[in-house]
Amino acid sequence: MPVLQSRNLYKDFGAVEVLKDINLSIEAGEFLVLVGPSGCGKSTLLNIVAGLETASAGDILIDGQIVNDVAPKDRDIAMVFQSYALYPTMTVEKNITFGMRVRNVPRREREEALQRVAKLLHIEHLLRRKPSQLSGGQRQRVAMGRALVRRPKLFLFDEPLSNLDAKLRAQMRGEIKQLHKRLGATIVYVTHDQTEAMSLATRIAVMSDGKIVQLGAPQDLYDRPNSIFVADFIGSPAMNFISGRIQARDAKPVFVADHDGAPLALPVDHYDFGGDFGGGVEGDLRDGQELILGIRPEYVTSGAANHHGAVSVDFELVPSLMETNGFDQHIVFEFCGAELVGRFSSKESVEVGRPHRVHLDLSEISLFHAESKVRL
Amino acid sequence: MTSGQADTRAGLMRSTPLRSAPLRRAGRPWTATLLRGLLFLILGLFVLYFTLPLFVMIVTSLKSLEEIRQGSLLGLPQEIELTSWATAWGSACIGVSCHGLRPYFWNSILLVVPAVVISTAIGAINGYALSKWRFPGSDVIFGLMLFGCFVPFQVILLPMAITLGKIGMAGSVSGLILVHVVYGIGFTTLFFRNYYVAVPDELVKAAKIDGAGFLAIFTQIFLPLSIPVMVVTVIWQFTNIWNDFLFGVSFSQGGSQPITVALNNIVNSTTGVKEYNVDMAAAIIAALPTLLVYVVAGKYFIRGLTAGSVKG
Amino acid sequence: MKSLLDRHLPKIVVAPSFAAVLFFVYGFIGWTVYVSFTKSRILPKYELVGWLQYEKLFATPRWYVALDNLFVFMVLFVAIAIMIGLLLAILLDQKIRAEGVIRTIYLYPMALSFIVTGTAWKWLLNPGLGIEKVVRDWGFPDFKFDWLIDPEMAIYTVVMAGVWQSSGFVMALFLAGLRSINEEIIRAALVDGVGPFRLYFHVIIPSLRPVFVSAVIVLTHLAIKSFDLIIALTHGGPGYATDMPATFMYAMAFSRGQLGQAAASATVMLATVSAVIVPYLYSELRRKA
Repeated sequence: MPVLQSRNLYKDFGAVEVLKDINLSIEAGEFLVLVGPSGCGKSTLLNIVAGLETASAGDILIDGQIVNDVAPKDRDIAMVFQSYALYPTMTVEKNITFGMRVRNVPRREREEALQRVAKLLHIEHLLRRKPSQLSGGQRQRVAMGRALVRRPKLFLFDEPLSNLDAKLRAQMRGEIKQLHKRLGATIVYVTHDQTEAMSLATRIAVMSDGKIVQLGAPQDLYDRPNSIFVADFIGSPAMNFISGRIQARDAKPVFVADHDGAPLALPVDHYDFGGDFGGGVEGDLRDGQELILGIRPEYVTSGAANHHGAVSVDFELVPSLMETNGFDQHIVFEFCGAELVGRFSSKESVEVGRPHRVHLDLSEISLFHAESKVRL
Repeated sequence: MTSGQADTRAGLMRSTPLRSAPLRRAGRPWTATLLRGLLFLILGLFVLYFTLPLFVMIVTSLKSLEEIRQGSLLGLPQEIELTSWATAWGSACIGVSCHGLRPYFWNSILLVVPAVVISTAIGAINGYALSKWRFPGSDVIFGLMLFGCFVPFQVILLPMAITLGKIGMAGSVSGLILVHVVYGIGFTTLFFRNYYVAVPDELVKAAKIDGAGFLAIFTQIFLPLSIPVMVVTVIWQFTNIWNDFLFGVSFSQGGSQPITVALNNIVNSTTGVKEYNVDMAAAIIAALPTLLVYVVAGKYFIRGLTAGSVKG
Repeated sequence: MKSLLDRHLPKIVVAPSFAAVLFFVYGFIGWTVYVSFTKSRILPKYELVGWLQYEKLFATPRWYVALDNLFVFMVLFVAIAIMIGLLLAILLDQKIRAEGVIRTIYLYPMALSFIVTGTAWKWLLNPGLGIEKVVRDWGFPDFKFDWLIDPEMAIYTVVMAGVWQSSGFVMALFLAGLRSINEEIIRAALVDGVGPFRLYFHVIIPSLRPVFVSAVIVLTHLAIKSFDLIIALTHGGPGYATDMPATFMYAMAFSRGQLGQAAASATVMLATVSAVIVPYLYSELRRKA
């Protein structure tokens, strides 16, 4: 039985619909990340799951029971907040055990639970401090401790790492992932950071405008985004998009774009059109229909490096901008009227303005309808 | 983020160094020195302006009537006379009773203490409910309460007098307590609400998930956080109620009058010889409690003054 | 049951205060406004007679004196207190070592009751024993300073005492405002080569606009309500030369037995205050919502 389900969930604030028909089902041990730009409704969804807000329509089920009218404290959940929400006047110890004290858990039991999480999170030495005496990372740990201490059925994380600096964030990300593995906990985690989503999730739900636009395993979302929105949102640097049209040549589909005023054909016959394209240009696809081709930067490499992808083309392109991060470099080219970002080895010597041979590996492209922005 | 919750209001007392004095940057050193001198001259003159009345009050209260008539207003007393203080405290005549300010001083204490405690407590719980547990209409309620702070009290004097009479509290200290509580709620609620608004909502959410309810969150999380705003509110209410004259003169009589009314009666009594030294001693006695609070807790006093009017 | 109670607890807790405010503020306002349209004299009467009381009020010379005085007092009091307050705030903001002490001195009158202030100034301004005598003793035997008993000038003594009491408060407002100006704006201006006077007049003072608004509102409000100070300093006199609406209302209500007049003048005061306060509160609440 799923630990958490949402059925046809809607939420509106007056005229503004923030959640539209959310259906989710989370099994025990899953790590589901809700990701999306700010204002997409992900935090509202989490608050509704927690019982801190009520839905306008639809149901939340925990362990198969409808909990729409159950108070947060009776839902057997724990939550970690973006601002940590530590009680400022209480010591770390009191912060962690507050929930148990409210519930009149016997002292012995409280003490044991406290020691267990303190050890787990390496905060034994901080127990007597007040939140104001802790660093950001330590506060983060205490906030997690407060959630972990009760062994709830479901953990909710609301952007827990966004107040940390980059280095600490990466470290805590690793620790959260380990905790999930060790405790086998079921987690719903909200973030706007796709890197966080990719590295933590067992499944990701990408949200936009109050809807879940794609739900799947991280690698799936990365390889087969179902829309331009998801393709653009997941991955950094973002996927390159080239506008063009589909044409049949020798009964094979090719993608034609205009480069430097001349048509340029890219072979796409290996692409899984899923019945859209049957031998000739037919089915849903008209000959000459406008499409957008997406290609991830790591498939745009230096021609000099001599890769041989299954389907690939080489071009002579002029770099307009380059950005290095030590381990590789991102080179921006002008291609078919748009920017094309390539991911080159940092060994590669590239100069802005000097033409360079660029290799496009087309084996892992995505094609989208230009109009509906949906994947073919 | 969490650490800042206790002192959310960027106060006057910010201790960080501010902009390097712009006036000091004005050109060559001698102009700078000149400007600096001028600056201190003006500041010094204003120090005189503000302290002079107090100084005159004190020296006058220590002089004999004879010396007051002969000597200079600004001169120090040749012989320190404490009799006018004793008279003001214990035997000056107010109307027909000649017991000095003492009974009225206690009236004021009996009035101020409960009125401050009750109005502060009500303000705290109101502010908490109206900031962290908003419900449909809560902003309207707050707005109506707030406007109540600014109503010129002349508009409620008559019906209040009638109501106090009807409920048998006319001319009593308890009636005055009621009046001060009722018209203090607006400000106390304002103080607490503005303070609590700056406390992150997530704190309430976390406590709800931890299983605490409305009252437990208030007593265990918000009240311990509230010491600064409580001090501000208590001082504000104390100063206002102690210094009040309008309610005192309108709703109390004879034995139940607060000290401000008694002081005014002493000073404006037209019978007998005008004893300026007694007047001044009485004025200082009436001012002492609030001055003392101001000197001890000036920081919070200023916060209260500015809280209602400066935001952001 | 318990959860139902829990859910409504916030409303239940606020309800008594709200009821009290509705009754004691809005109910009372309603009563006063109503009575201002009746013929009430010593005792309230409840038959409506239209605008009679207002016609009578605005045919009373004393009421015009009160309005006149209020206008003079308000304009001078607000303007002077703001000028002094702003000046002091700017001067104190120049990294003065003794700032704390000086600030404490400037602000202490605000802790005093207006009755105390009035008593003190009444003594200072005493013609014969006060400042007049001091200056005469200094060698100006013809010096005359008897504003307190001069019907033409007495209102200005109220301004003097009022300004003395309140300009420290205005200073505190401006000082808090100055301290909350984003330092980077000032640095940017200094880097741009802006001189100190231009810095103040073109950068800093304009950014204090909200403080000006607050100060004007608070002071205007104080002025309209001012009652204690006048009672203690001049008692409305000489004659009724320093009467103000607040003292006028009080006299009508408690010594003249003219409830209708009292109610009508109170209503006029309320309308005046509302005209100033309501837009202010509305914008404040809007801004924060």
